Amino acid sequence: MPPLQDLRPGESATLTEVHGQRSFRRRLLELGLVPGTKVRLLRHSRVHHLVEVEARGSRLSLRTSEAERLMVSVPKA
Amino acid sequence: MSASFSATPRIVVAGNPNAGKTSIFNLLTGLNLKVGNYPGVTVDRHSGMVNLSGGQVFIEDLPGTYSLSARSAEEEIAMSSLAGHPPYVMPDLVLLVIDGTQLARNLYLVLQVLELGIPCVCAISMVDQVELAGDSLDIEAMSAALGVTVVPTAARTGQGLEQLKVALSEALKERRRPPVPPGLPPSGGELEHSLERIGDQVPDDWHHGDARRRAALARWALLSLDPTDELSGLPDSLRTTVNEERDRLESTGEDADLMLIGPRYAWIDEHVGEFLHSKPAAPTQRSWSERFDRVLLHPLLGLPIFLIVMATLFQSLFAWADPMIGGVEGIFGQFATFVREHMQEGYFREFVTEGLIAGVGAVVVFLPQILLLFLFLGVLESSGYMARVAWLMDRLMRSMGLTGRAFVPMLSGYACAIPAIMATRTMERKRDRLKTMLVVPLMTCSARLPVYTLIIATLFPTDAWFGLSTASLLMVGMYLFGTVIALLAAAVLSRTVLSGPAVPLVLELPAYRRPEPIRIIQEAWLKGRAFLSEAGTIILVSTIVLWVLLSFPQRDSMPNESPAEAHAIQLESSYAGQIGHFIEPTLEPLGFEWRIAVGLIGAFAAREVFISTLGIVHGVGDEADEESTSLRQRLRDAKRTDGTPLYTPLVGLSLLVFFALACQCLSTLAVVRRETATWRWPAFLLAYMTVLSWVASAVVYQTGLALGFT
Repeated sequence: MPPLQDLRPGESATLTEVHGQRSFRRRLLELGLVPGTKVRLLRHSRVHHLVEVEARGSRLSLRTSEAERLMVSVPKA
Repeated sequence: MSASFSATPRIVVAGNPNAGKTSIFNLLTGLNLKVGNYPGVTVDRHSGMVNLSGGQVFIEDLPGTYSLSARSAEEEIAMSSLAGHPPYVMPDLVLLVIDGTQLARNLYLVLQVLELGIPCVCAISMVDQVELAGDSLDIEAMSAALGVTVVPTAARTGQGLEQLKVALSEALKERRRPPVPPGLPPSGGELEHSLERIGDQVPDDWHHGDARRRAALARWALLSLDPTDELSGLPDSLRTTVNEERDRLESTGEDADLMLIGPRYAWIDEHVGEFLHSKPAAPTQRSWSERFDRVLLHPLLGLPIFLIVMATLFQSLFAWADPMIGGVEGIFGQFATFVREHMQEGYFREFVTEGLIAGVGAVVVFLPQILLLFLFLGVLESSGYMARVAWLMDRLMRSMGLTGRAFVPMLSGYACAIPAIMATRTMERKRDRLKTMLVVPLMTCSARLPVYTLIIATLFPTDAWFGLSTASLLMVGMYLFGTVIALLAAAVLSRTVLSGPAVPLVLELPAYRRPEPIRIIQEAWLKGRAFLSEAGTIILVSTIVLWVLLSFPQRDSMPNESPAEAHAIQLESSYAGQIGHFIEPTLEPLGFEWRIAVGLIGAFAAREVFISTLGIVHGVGDEADEESTSLRQRLRDAKRTDGTPLYTPLVGLSLLVFFALACQCLSTLAVVRRETATWRWPAFLLAYMTVLSWVASAVVYQTGLALGFT
């Protein structure tokens, strides 16, 4: 399963695993990034080292180093 | 039925950040905001009164929070107020503000608060935006599912205000506990055992024997506490039990966090479609925001656009603030003249005009610039652009050991370090907060400007390069210098005294919104007032102390002296002059002599006092300001004892560097002391900035001398 930042901008996927430092992971879960959630990658800036995802209508930005630990599964076309 | 409330009931307003909480609070209270303090902490407490049909009600606006698992000082306040953890008192009613455009995520906090069993009313904000996006809300379905009254509102138009007041009034009369909300973890299993054991450790004065509340607080504790949480006022036994239980659950392979959070979102996902009927394909505000962000967050264009925004902002700031500053100075000058004409000559008259009036004037003169800058920053904040600034700056800030979020308080530092230091309260980790507080005083604040203006205009040539004058290039250079040094100082701090693992970033980019003028004016005024009350007293007192140091001991003037000369000679023999001579040797490597030293003593209370002190020392009188041509000429003519000019461009550069880096602001030290509740950090701040400024100025001056400048 690929990490979140491997999605192409605009591509949707289902979140399957969320890992990371405990308090950070808890915040992500509380903001709605729970496994099973549909997410869409809005942008991945290699200059700023940030990814932005949309989940349930809210837009959250994470650093790529931390987004690496969020796994997604892409529905087969 | 016209039953009235027995005692004055208390409502707290809670909700996610950017959910429109404060707008609804303002609508209810009619802008009668009172700012106070929470017990023992420095987060501002915003409260007001609202008239309901049953009588007057006390209402309090809590800091915004995504959940009850607090991370920042402000979130902790929100949690403690809602739960009524002593010394906080349980509210009679919670008004939960739900952002209609972010329904699902906002419902998470709603479920968590409902678990606590406090009477509750929900207000959906921004329903106009929801409708604009082509969606429709089913208020009744939501109300039925949650078991509380739900009122649709729109702060922009005032829609739903009367309905909300009625709902609040009814809820206060009934005092009905909401039903236990859905989304609780499944019963049975290891998690339930753990929660029971934790529940036994929840203090009695948190749950008052209420089993439902105890269970809710046990879930909260398991989710929120860990060895790094930085929460205060928790019993050790509760902490120990939570840590033991989490370890136990982990060893049996249970994911406690997911088991507590997952079911809430599972319920929300299942039902949100019943509350919100979306009509896809309509051009929503969200997609507009995304289109804007394609440009504003562009990997290459984003930063230049931000710099252009800042340049425009500063350009208009200086253009607009100048006449106002002139006006304030004029008023205080005329007032002093008026008093001088109507009072008996003597020490008391001198004290009133040169101590008191000049002291108050020295404070008020900064207000126009500070208010304007906060108005500008308020527009950027409430339009949603500030979150983008944090986004654009995160990588740079992280390489300096800070987060993108720290950049916003640093921008406030361009106005005044005091509100900027207070703005760090929203930061999650104490270490990050401290780091930001310690570097904000290096940003070029309003008080440095008049000093820079005087030095640059007096000592540097007026020729232009490609249409830009040397003066404005130097001024821009000073801003950049302060900012770069602040960032470097943060980098050094994070590798030395404040080292530790980087804190992960989660940044929400809210949809762009039209700024609300009233909110912006209110916020700017609150920050301006913070400056007046924090800095005002200290600047006033120190201006008076300085006046005493400069005026005593008195001497009689000789008949052949002009009044200005007499003043200058009197000053050299005054206490301030004596101190100036005493510290002169320590400032010699920087190219300064005793007259500059006297100016620096004055500047320690507040930087701009430097100018009026120089005015006195050089016999122009204390009426001098940075525009004064006579002061500029006197400075150019001033000679050292060996006959060489005292103020050369090299000395000017050394002075500029010194003012950029020195901690010449007692108010900043006082605020840092209050925010950190220890003298250690203000002492550290003063020490490191003093050493930094001395060394940097000495390097500039000595290098200049070595290169053959004078």
